Amino acid sequence: MEILASLVTAFADLFSLFGLEVFVGGMLSGIMYSLVAIGFVLVYKSSGVFNFAQGTMLLFAALTFVSLTERQVNFWVAFAITCVVMVIIGLIIERTVMRPLANQDLLSLFMATVGVNYFLEGLAQGTWDSAVHGVELGIPTDPVFVSEVIPWLDILVSKFDGFAAAVALGMVVGLYLFFQYTRTGLSLRAVSDDHMASQAVGIPLAKIWAIVWAVTGIICFIAGLIWADRLSVSFTLTWAVLKGLPVILIGGLTSIPGCLVGGLIIGASEKIGEIFFADVFGGQGIEHWWAYLTALVFILIRPTGIFGERDIERI
Amino acid sequence: MSNTPVLAVNNIEAVYGGAILALRGVSLTVNKGEVVSLLGANGAGKTTTLKACSRLLGAERGEVTKGVIELNGEDISKLNAFDIVKQGVVQVLEGRHIFSHLNVEENLLTGSFIKNMSRAEVRRSLDYVYELFPRIKSRIKTPGGLCSGGEQQMIAVGRALMAKPSLILLDEPSMGLAPQFIEQIFEIVKRLNEEEGVSFLVSEQNAMVALRYATVGYVIENGRVVKRGSSKELLESTDVAEMYLGGGKDVSFDEVKYYHRRQPSFV
Repeated sequence: MEILASLVTAFADLFSLFGLEVFVGGMLSGIMYSLVAIGFVLVYKSSGVFNFAQGTMLLFAALTFVSLTERQVNFWVAFAITCVVMVIIGLIIERTVMRPLANQDLLSLFMATVGVNYFLEGLAQGTWDSAVHGVELGIPTDPVFVSEVIPWLDILVSKFDGFAAAVALGMVVGLYLFFQYTRTGLSLRAVSDDHMASQAVGIPLAKIWAIVWAVTGIICFIAGLIWADRLSVSFTLTWAVLKGLPVILIGGLTSIPGCLVGGLIIGASEKIGEIFFADVFGGQGIEHWWAYLTALVFILIRPTGIFGERDIERI
Repeated sequence: MSNTPVLAVNNIEAVYGGAILALRGVSLTVNKGEVVSLLGANGAGKTTTLKACSRLLGAERGEVTKGVIELNGEDISKLNAFDIVKQGVVQVLEGRHIFSHLNVEENLLTGSFIKNMSRAEVRRSLDYVYELFPRIKSRIKTPGGLCSGGEQQMIAVGRALMAKPSLILLDEPSMGLAPQFIEQIFEIVKRLNEEEGVSFLVSEQNAMVALRYATVGYVIENGRVVKRGSSKELLESTDVAEMYLGGGKDVSFDEVKYYHRRQPSFV
């Protein structure tokens, strides 16, 4: 009875201006997960592999950037160097790990990325250090009143989240156009659809994968920067990004726009769960598993996610 | 029809996964402008032979362990699948292998990437394919996976044509198709051969149709070529008639038990 009562009050609170504020804020914070999810999807889409090393690549990028700026390297120079480093790392992973394993079982490929994960973790610590670094990108973090723009909407929104959302949206739109309207993009989709057939028509698999891993490297860097600014650079980063997992499960493993939508859903549900329903489930801190629960419920209803490619099969 | 071999396969052996011997002596020649058929039952080695020629064997963990395959007189053992297509040899895979999430036009476009064609050239090639297969023109925006089997085979052939090949390795085009479609596909083969001078190596179980359109045929059994001849010779041969065409003569099943066809070791 008590639980029921608290549920009722929770729902009552939900449909208020405060509820809306939590909802919008949650959606925007979910964008942070979208940033990571994009990298996952890119690799999965083109090779069918879930890249376990994504989080470490992200950490490696952020750590490289921070270490450079701490050594008084100019911001943009450090930015450029890190981009180059990440592209090279992406290419090395493709050349030394993925290519020799092409045509093998996908599980072997996945296990190889687990190996890459630990290798990069060690490399990052060995090259730089394992201390916690702070990053200041100069992105404003103060909240703004939306009512200044939309008079009747009297809620607060973080500028930082707005910035992250703009970056994510830019990446999603860019990648979407790339996949839909360029030759390389079309080749990528072909490869993700059927490795054998794409080789038969002469699509160079190795080149395509090299492109994917290079781009993934850069995406990791951008996501890493924004995450680092919010959390600081340390090993928690590698695990924080695993929240990208429920995001791609909801959005669909093969859909780039799905990352954005999945991120919004996870973010909103996480914050709403934490603020309004935590008491029902026995106290604060439920947001850590709430995201996975949301994903689970989604998968039960739509196994391939919202935008995921459903297997087309003729009967 | 000149007698320069486009493709010469010389006594090759192929192994899957380092252990399973799939081919143990296959030799064949495709001359310029010829339609050659490769006949055999399931598992005889037709697909493996074709994949050895297109260097797609590696993608299935197979490799050619003995013998030489020459393309226009050059050994291809150092080339990869991409190089082969670049040289104008495209394989149309068994079971069609359409990109099921790409629409029909996108499927065709993937075939053109190998040649650095201008937009106008690509357009011309597309129009040519649509002219050959008017049926798929009406389905341009349909995902390949939702097309019928016959349409998919047309897309697969069309996709190969986009690369402007000189030799097409056509792997069991009749598989799972209605007789009407089979006929249509082979009519296109004939037309491309006559109009564009494209050579074909067609693997088939349906010997009747294949021999009607091919000039030369090879019969492959247990990874060996056991017979070679002009289509006419093969159609008249009793072995082939019994094996692939049915009938021929009344078969006494008591005798069949003890009947073994002579398998000449290949010279």
